[in-house]
Amino acid sequence: MAPFAGYDMPIQYSGIVAEHTATRTALGVFDISHMGRLRFDGPRADQLLDHLLTRRVLDMQPGQVRYSLICNEEGGMLDDVLVSCLESPSGKIYFLLVVNASNKPKIVHWLQPHLADFPDVEFHDVTESTAMIAVQGPRAVGVCERLLPPAATKLGYYRAKVTDQMSKPCIVSRTGYTGEDGFELIVRAEDAVRVWENIFLAGREHGVLPVGLGARDTLRLEAGMPLYGHELSEQIDPFTAGLAFAVNLKDRNFVGSQSLASKSSSASGASVSKLKRVGLKVEGRRAAREQSKVYNADEKEIGSVTSGTFSPTFNQPISMAYVDADAANIGNRLEVDIRGTRAPATVVELPFYKRS
Amino acid sequence: MSIQPEQLKYCDSHEWVYAPTDAGGVATVGISAFAVAELNDLVFMALPSVGQKLAAGQEFGEVESVKAVSPMYSPVSGEVIEVNSGLVDRLEQLNADPYDQGWMMKIKMSDPSELAKLMDYQTYQKMISQHG
Repeated sequence: MAPFAGYDMPIQYSGIVAEHTATRTALGVFDISHMGRLRFDGPRADQLLDHLLTRRVLDMQPGQVRYSLICNEEGGMLDDVLVSCLESPSGKIYFLLVVNASNKPKIVHWLQPHLADFPDVEFHDVTESTAMIAVQGPRAVGVCERLLPPAATKLGYYRAKVTDQMSKPCIVSRTGYTGEDGFELIVRAEDAVRVWENIFLAGREHGVLPVGLGARDTLRLEAGMPLYGHELSEQIDPFTAGLAFAVNLKDRNFVGSQSLASKSSSASGASVSKLKRVGLKVEGRRAAREQSKVYNADEKEIGSVTSGTFSPTFNQPISMAYVDADAANIGNRLEVDIRGTRAPATVVELPFYKRS
Repeated sequence: MSIQPEQLKYCDSHEWVYAPTDAGGVATVGISAFAVAELNDLVFMALPSVGQKLAAGQEFGEVESVKAVSPMYSPVSGEVIEVNSGLVDRLEQLNADPYDQGWMMKIKMSDPSELAKLMDYQTYQKMISQHG
């Protein structure tokens, strides 16, 4: 167990490689209750969120989920989030924002003046009153078909629905942070243990394993997904991070939009930053981890690693790094410094892993 | 050689040392089963070279798992006289047997009195049980 954003969380249950492999080949189950869940009610909730998020919210229909960023006025990233537009069984439309656990206090504090501008929007932090469980892997659909109503398991990618798990209220979404197919279940805190047990009962013959933070990191890294505090920070803008797709500038005015407009070249949205986020495959057995320096063939320091691990899928070390944009071409040969020793590295396409 | 964990002295950084009185001042060093289990999924190991002089507490190598890199510290001072160099290519041996097959280096001790500062088996067991 390790302290994480105020929670005690398991780094591993049975072992990082076993949990990683179970998720890639069968089914991994993640307790992600630590992630912040913020609910916005009221007819102007969409307007408030449209003013705060880099993605357009005003056109969202019930059942839609979008990946978005929250930026400060300078265009630096305060957090990366998922916003869902949901319809309650009584027909009420509301929004749910899932934020990083480590950023929740900052985001809730930052929200306050904006909430004051929208006094008719009701805001509730429902993190403590609910739990969140992710079910990821090639067996996710099959196992969830035994647990959830058909309408839930037939959800499309980045869709969500208010439904039930064995008559317990449950929000189901289909996103994910592993590169595999799967679902997230948000349930009442008092139902969480029961739902967790139901998943393991249903998955018993399918090689299901609980997955800790260690494999959550190796899985998302293979899937090329950025992690706040590593690839993302207030010092980095979305374009440098390769997240231009999560910024809708056209005809919109949101916090940070002016700075972002000047950082993005008008037509393509391409980055004008001199750094770029890249994937590196590293030779040898030693991983180039966070803060390892990256050098080009002329021995010039051109960047540094933000995340690195030994990839269980490729049986090779992989890293994500920010490097000078002119050294970021796929196939480019670089070197990384691993605690005083240089290892050759090659720029590869992200994601490292794409499910077939 | 048959090394039993009960016969060993331990550091709080989880290295063990085997130095019976009839070994002529030579200490055998490795890491404990607890450390190996905590690391899990080992992928890389670096060991010192023969002839290297080490002070007690000095880093003599590192072991890397999927999770993290952990330096290993020499429990005693002296000169490295033998290294289990085959181990780096058979890391699974460390999982199977961290004591007998999994020894890492032998040191000709320059100050055997340092052994008295290390934990015995019972004290070490107590420490790791509190560790969780």
